[in-house]
Amino acid sequence: MSVPAREKVELLSGNEAIARGAFEAGVKVASAYPGTPSTEILENFARYEGVYAEWAPNEKVAVEVAHGASMAGVRALAVMKHVGVNVAADPIFTASYTGVRGGFVIVTADDPELHSSQNEQDNRHYAVAAKIPMLEPSDSWEAKEFTKLAFQLSERYDTPVFLRSTTRISHAKGAVRLGDVEGSPVVPGFVRDPAKWVMLPENAKRRHVLVEERMRSLAEFAEGFEGNRIEWGDRGLGIITAGVSYQYAREAFPDASVLKLGMAHPLPSRLIREFAAGVSRVVVVEELDPHLETHVKTLGIAAQGKEIIPLVGELSPRIVREGISGEAVPVRPAKGLPGRPPNLCPGCPHRGLFYVLNKFKVTVAGDIGCYTLAALPPLGGMDTCVCMGASIGNAFGIEKALGKAALGKVVAVIGDSTFIHSGITPLIDIVYNRGFSTVIILDNRTTAMTGAQENPATGRTLMDEPSRRLDLAALCRAVGVDHVYTVNPHDMAQTEAVLRRELFREEPSVIITEAPCVLLPDHRKAKRPVYEVIPDLCTGCMACSKLGCPAIEWVPFAPEEAVAAGKKATQKGMARINPLLCDGCNQCPQLCKFKAILERKD
Amino acid sequence: MKKPRGNVFLAGVGGQGILLASEVLGEAFLLSGFDVKKSEVHGMAQRGGAVTTHLRYGPKVFSPLIEPGTADLLIAFEKMEALRFAHFLRPGGAAVVNAQEIMPPSVATGRERYPERIEERLAEVTPKLYLVDALAAALSLREVRAVNMVMVGAASHLLPLPEASYLGALRVRLSERVVEVNERAFRAGRGLLVSHGAGG
Repeated sequence: MSVPAREKVELLSGNEAIARGAFEAGVKVASAYPGTPSTEILENFARYEGVYAEWAPNEKVAVEVAHGASMAGVRALAVMKHVGVNVAADPIFTASYTGVRGGFVIVTADDPELHSSQNEQDNRHYAVAAKIPMLEPSDSWEAKEFTKLAFQLSERYDTPVFLRSTTRISHAKGAVRLGDVEGSPVVPGFVRDPAKWVMLPENAKRRHVLVEERMRSLAEFAEGFEGNRIEWGDRGLGIITAGVSYQYAREAFPDASVLKLGMAHPLPSRLIREFAAGVSRVVVVEELDPHLETHVKTLGIAAQGKEIIPLVGELSPRIVREGISGEAVPVRPAKGLPGRPPNLCPGCPHRGLFYVLNKFKVTVAGDIGCYTLAALPPLGGMDTCVCMGASIGNAFGIEKALGKAALGKVVAVIGDSTFIHSGITPLIDIVYNRGFSTVIILDNRTTAMTGAQENPATGRTLMDEPSRRLDLAALCRAVGVDHVYTVNPHDMAQTEAVLRRELFREEPSVIITEAPCVLLPDHRKAKRPVYEVIPDLCTGCMACSKLGCPAIEWVPFAPEEAVAAGKKATQKGMARINPLLCDGCNQCPQLCKFKAILERKD
Repeated sequence: MKKPRGNVFLAGVGGQGILLASEVLGEAFLLSGFDVKKSEVHGMAQRGGAVTTHLRYGPKVFSPLIEPGTADLLIAFEKMEALRFAHFLRPGGAAVVNAQEIMPPSVATGRERYPERIEERLAEVTPKLYLVDALAAALSLREVRAVNMVMVGAASHLLPLPEASYLGALRVRLSERVVEVNERAFRAGRGLLVSHGAGG
């Protein structure tokens, strides 16, 4: 990608804007683990010329790689979703002490409303706890500008800098003015400086003092930072807000006075006091926790916040308007419509495994990925789901709690990318501590839920280069699992036979189900059969419906329709396969006792 | 002249190409000098679930979200999804609805029925209802994935931009080898609504 002219305006998502900002800031090294809503940041950044970008096995590694690059004097970026910061918290808290050489920015993309997450934690707390400044853009335009600024602040104040996005920033598009690429004044090279980089207690003690001084300097910077600004309007209502909530507040109360905070930590106390003194009513409008509100109240300002603005879920102009005005306008959506939850794709290999697992009536400790969707009906095949890698530790914990009674009753189910992220250490725990839990690794050759990213087991990198493919079976054997078997989950008889044997084995075992994700380009290009239901042979037994495949549709009959179709009056309907959706996986024909599902010949 | 402002709500099912359709619409407004904001959700929600995109244009846009009761135009790629989000329309707002029915899991597995009388229920919400068969139009172009541009073409009659803006946006947003089929799909969609007498 060449550098465009200064005045070019493009419609970019927040994620695209952050990638562009990092490129314009001259970032040389970027590392991330994919996670909604952050994934597209590195996908876009990797397309710029002259940069290095990688998928790390997990967020902790991503932060350590970016921190290392910063030590070596280049600008570096680490990107993750909100829960990824939990994984990376260990190096982040100490990187706060070491500081940086090249600018070092950590993007946290939070997910209020849990559009695609297991919790809706508010990562502004991390900025306070780790004593790291945090910038918070409120649209794509600011996302790019704040990203560039974050690198400057990082070098000026010798600190990592958080950039916090949320789903409605990352996945909203808005106009962005493209700028030129700027360099860093820092000269690349690792300069030996043990007092700064070697965090032995004696050194760290001295660094902590510097951290506190730095945060005082940054608080002073915040007072004059143009991203923290007062927009005076009607003095009867003053709204203190940040992030996307600013847009909602301006939309709902276009005439109000607004204090817009572009920096979530540290906060500008004098500016807040000045604003509060200029208005007769102060309301804090922020998503999730009362982060701004708590600070405002510690200044002794009488403000309203979470008593009128919800703490749970994301906000909207309507929620802000109703909270502040106290008047609710009724909304009347159509009633009684069948829901449309997400579902595993037609032809998804996970479906075959979960159908078979259901036959065993086992407790399924689940994990984070597309296969979590198997928790929904009709498969209903998952009993726990907590965080990346938790399935294996949870299954082992259940085994230890129940003892021998757990034999044949518990499995862990985890995807290939998730296993590499956080599943290896708990597998070692099972082997080391003499367990017998069965672990199923669903290897679909991609990181599917976030949109098919490469990972160490795919043999390609984010930069689209071939790489040594991680051999999952060999890895499991190396940590001491003697029984490692690979099955094709589309072949349900084989999968069932191997499961029956391994579930009851009094030693640890790993079953790898191997079949490509149907969204992968190679699979989509391949010629595949399409199946059809032969109406004369279908008895309406609904065995195929239990797969929950979107391509299999149930056509209900009234008794007279059944008779007219040459069926018994008691037959309630029949199955039909939508040829536009069928992926040709050959799972449903294996379930039809009446041989009514055949390959289409036309 | 002061630029008009408007809210376009797109709804459908994951996999129907709604995000790309909204990309082209957003680009068309940006190319015509409007401020644009657009919001959507990726990740888990996309796997065959209900998908929506909020698109807002005007001289200056703040919120990326459309509030219920304020959409000027609903573009629904699936019939039941049109009804699910019809309450986003303002009084007098228009709806362009693809007649295609896609069964949600509970219907496909026989636990619930696909709702009846959807067209009548939609007509109760808005008299400006345009039901089109975008799937048939796409299939006649031998490209089932072109349903999205057929819908953009049909909806374009109800938006304040000339045809050239959309065609320009297609060229900006799509790779060269698929521009032509998408142009044909756009024109086919435009043709669908002319026959409804909704020229504009």
